[in-house]
Amino acid sequence: MGDLSRRSFLKLTAATGATAAAPLTLNATAAEKVKTKAHIVIAGAGAAGLGVANRLANQLDGAKITIIDGKKKHFYQPGYTLVATGIKGSSYPTSGTSRYMPEGVDWIQEAVAEFDPVGNKIVTASGKAVNYDFLVVTTGMKLDYAAIEGMDVNRIGQNGLGSHYHSPDAAAKTWSAMSRFSEEGGQGIFLRPATEMKCAGAPLKFTFLTEHNLRRNGTRSKANLLYAAHSQSLFSVPIVHEKVRMLYEDRGIDTVYSHVLRKIDLDRKIATFDTPTGGSEIDYDFINVIPPMRAPDAVRNSPLAWRTGPFAADGWTEVDKYNLQHKVFPNVWCVGDIAGVPKGKTAASVKWQVPVAIDHLIAAIQDRTATSQYNGYTSCPLLTQYGRAMLVEFDYKNNLVPSFPGVIAPLEELWVTWVMKTMALKPTYISMVRGLA
Amino acid sequence: MNELDFYTLYVVFYEMMGMLFWILIALVIFGIGGFILALTREGGLQSRRLILSEILGLLGGFMALFIMAKVTISGFSDAGGPVDWLLVGLIWGGGLVGVTILSYAIMGMLNILNDSQRQKA
Repeated sequence: MGDLSRRSFLKLTAATGATAAAPLTLNATAAEKVKTKAHIVIAGAGAAGLGVANRLANQLDGAKITIIDGKKKHFYQPGYTLVATGIKGSSYPTSGTSRYMPEGVDWIQEAVAEFDPVGNKIVTASGKAVNYDFLVVTTGMKLDYAAIEGMDVNRIGQNGLGSHYHSPDAAAKTWSAMSRFSEEGGQGIFLRPATEMKCAGAPLKFTFLTEHNLRRNGTRSKANLLYAAHSQSLFSVPIVHEKVRMLYEDRGIDTVYSHVLRKIDLDRKIATFDTPTGGSEIDYDFINVIPPMRAPDAVRNSPLAWRTGPFAADGWTEVDKYNLQHKVFPNVWCVGDIAGVPKGKTAASVKWQVPVAIDHLIAAIQDRTATSQYNGYTSCPLLTQYGRAMLVEFDYKNNLVPSFPGVIAPLEELWVTWVMKTMALKPTYISMVRGLA
Repeated sequence: MNELDFYTLYVVFYEMMGMLFWILIALVIFGIGGFILALTREGGLQSRRLILSEILGLLGGFMALFIMAKVTISGFSDAGGPVDWLLVGLIWGGGLVGVTILSYAIMGMLNILNDSQRQKA
């Protein structure tokens, strides 16, 4: 992928949201459609699945495309943090899956129960078998709240319990709980799981905005904030970790490392963390629980999952990290959260992964070899206070890959980045889901 | 499609604004067209009208900043670096130029309309 391609998501966002100058090229005439009778099945109709379906529908002629997912609602998940911090209302992330479904695609409205890549077959929840020539796995992931002893998602919003990853409704309830905490003060605990996770910046953003909300309310002196990192760093990219560490120090947010939430007592408001020296109980008045994240059971228990290495325990799919093709089953690609790659569980990653996976899939249909690569690009507009954010973009090598070098500094708290996040990212995301951006 | 091109920009802007996008495009076309028509028909700039348009343009600049602040739930007081001040300037400048041209065009068209009615009478 060219340099322009790598940067275009955020450049587009900036060009639309901030009227920043960006190099523009006239769109070349649409490429001729590839004729094929192949049956392509897409497992999952989230951002990645719909993006794949729309692009395949645009690029193929005669193919049978089937998408399998029981969810009728589509959630713009990057918006959850905005809901949980009172910036947007609870309806902001929600729309209908059918709104983005391309014409001519067969949508089986059921969950996938079983993958049988040896037999090139999927079995749905009702027991229906669906055979395929090519498979794209875009199931997303599972939030494993059950792994936290004592956790009850029905109590989100009550008694100081927040958990903004769960759903738009839970994000709104988290905002209610955080608002109360911001008025009353006390001990606030923030954390992230030890597993791979979607948008690893979101727990950090939420902490920053809670701190700012306390300042706005004039109650900062009544609150202690503690961020419990699961490892020895706050963020996997070392230079970003250092920046966040400095900002947390500046804002008076305490940090502890190697703390993983194991248990929570919702009545007594006590969180128990596993640490290298044993269990550690910490009282709280407000906590934002981010659960462990794993592959859905159907994937985890299938031959698609990694058997060894760091992605095996949670069942992420065994793919080549540069082209997202399955390493064992060459007619399978895995895109988005489900892909067992070192980075890439964000919408920006999906934006870059989808064209690469499709390029290779279509090349396979045509019996040729594609050369495009996904370099691990992902981005995180890291909100650091109401009205400002840092535009953090990086790749597999943990290199910062700023889209606007010399203009938008990646580790600078800027309004322009906030403008992009609040105004332009959602339309860009939706255009991506439609296969248009 | 993975390049940043005009079509992609259109798609995103349309997703962002809906029908307002086409209303704004229509306003831009009407403003520029009307401005050029007024210039041509009147044989140059009318200084009085231009000054009035510029005064309205100044207000338009502030209005653009106000709208931007509303839409982004923030404001130019959140500016944290040079690029933010550049953005504030661009938004204000966009509002100023847009409203100046549009108001000049509207006043020019009204003037042309009045002239033609007077001639008929």
